[in-house]
Amino acid sequence: MTTNHSAAGLQVRELHHKFGKTRALDGVSFDLEPGNILSILGPNGAGKTTLIRLMLGLLPVQQGTIHLQGQVPGSRAARCITGAMLQETRLPDTLTVADQLRLFSAAHPAPLDFDTLIRSAALEGLENRRYSALSGGQKRRLQFALAICGRPRLLFLDEPTTGLDAAMRQDFWRQIRNLSETGTSIILTTHYLEEADALADRIMLLQEGRVVARGTPAELKATTRGRLIRCRTRLSAQELKALPGVELVQGRGARMEIISSDCENLLRSLLARDSSLADLSITEIGLEQVLTHCHPSAPNPTDTEEAA
Amino acid sequence: MNASQTLKLYTTESRYEWLKTLRMPGFVLPSLLFPVVFYSFFGIIFNPSGSSSGAATYLLATYGVFGVIGPALFGFGVGLAIEREQGWLALKRISPAPAMAYFTAKTSTAMIFAALIIIELFAVAALFGKVAMATSDWLFLAAILLVGTIPFCAMGLALGSWSRGKSAPALVNLIYLPLAFLSGLWIPIQMMPAVIQELALALPPYHLAQLALKVLGKDQGYDVLLHIGYLAVFTAICLWVAQRGLKRADGQGA
Repeated sequence: MTTNHSAAGLQVRELHHKFGKTRALDGVSFDLEPGNILSILGPNGAGKTTLIRLMLGLLPVQQGTIHLQGQVPGSRAARCITGAMLQETRLPDTLTVADQLRLFSAAHPAPLDFDTLIRSAALEGLENRRYSALSGGQKRRLQFALAICGRPRLLFLDEPTTGLDAAMRQDFWRQIRNLSETGTSIILTTHYLEEADALADRIMLLQEGRVVARGTPAELKATTRGRLIRCRTRLSAQELKALPGVELVQGRGARMEIISSDCENLLRSLLARDSSLADLSITEIGLEQVLTHCHPSAPNPTDTEEAA
Repeated sequence: MNASQTLKLYTTESRYEWLKTLRMPGFVLPSLLFPVVFYSFFGIIFNPSGSSSGAATYLLATYGVFGVIGPALFGFGVGLAIEREQGWLALKRISPAPAMAYFTAKTSTAMIFAALIIIELFAVAALFGKVAMATSDWLFLAAILLVGTIPFCAMGLALGSWSRGKSAPALVNLIYLPLAFLSGLWIPIQMMPAVIQELALALPPYHLAQLALKVLGKDQGYDVLLHIGYLAVFTAICLWVAQRGLKRADGQGA
């Protein structure tokens, strides 16, 4: 097989999908280069999980095309080069960690050797423990081990760190970076913006089945120039909107959040008009503000998870 | 994948399916104990014909059928429904292992349980029921019971692909127990009212029981091909229903 551009990485073209009359995906296209990490963000119901299931061959493609290193989703060739952690998966309670790893490794043509696998997923000492006796974090680590046991070229992680504490999440991120450095392409859906910001080479924002924004984390931040100003003021939202360089105002009562493209001039006029202004803070725009700012109609793309 | 890798994959799948099931006492104990306890009670201890082994021999065949279809229905039906709902089936489908390996593992586990139940029943029948048969008849009866689990694995597959994990055990019981009674597995079919005898012709366990009873010369006299044909068609229908059920689950993204 010749390794031309289309045979490497992942290609998705004009993907449409419906469940009955509900439109889940409405013309999604993107590419993923080998060794890159793509993060798919979006509110619940945006189509993230449908997209992942289509790429894995768990749902039949209705319209559009998907190629994983030139292979069709669900084919044996595609399954040999993919690994995945799915949402809300429970493994059989009565099988031990070692049982599950051996069972899944046996299905792959060239699996990681057992000790390496145990070490990379930090499961040392748990080999003989049954799934039912594992903690939440250990269960996630086992599922991660099952995802990487076949040395995948493409790894799909559907909200992999939901429910993990901060330290465990950091460990997990290190694992994912290591894998991408060895050339594995990774698709990651997440509710944590911090996670997408820290890991992803590229971010794609899905909303109601459409790609509404895409780019590197830096590019997405640059689409909204300016700073976020938080303060307590007696000026109303109406009055604030009339000030120079104000792009967006939101707030409740006296607490206001203002996005400004001309921070310095705005501050001068703010302080001049409101001598009682208090609790002032100025921050560079984060991804979270970009997403809410680009799409104020979105209920809440971050699903209220605070980027800590 | 070459032949030896394929064989290794199938045996690995079967081995862990067996281990997984063996570590569930709630499945193992009823499966292995109920048929032999029922048979001991109704076939031997409360045998109205006393020392004559007629009833003990007859009921050996029918309790044999009752015993072997249990693990087939529960292993497949309940096991598949739960594993589908928990997302384990989705993980298996993503892995390069062929779907056939998963189903073969479940079938072989059901057959190992069937073999254990047959050994138990035969031992009790020979030692305490004074059942005497030619060696070839023992073997023939065992073979029919063992192969006879296959249509019920297919039936379990059909039930498991449509039912929810939580309701599957109740559903399977609700079908298994009346089906066993109405097919004459507990009380010989000749002792049932005529209506039930006619109804039994429509039930799969009846046909397997008649095949088993044919070895003992105690069947109702229908052609062997009728029973085999019925079970073959029934198996095909179950596989079709199961395929539809699994497709439907796909469409829902489940």
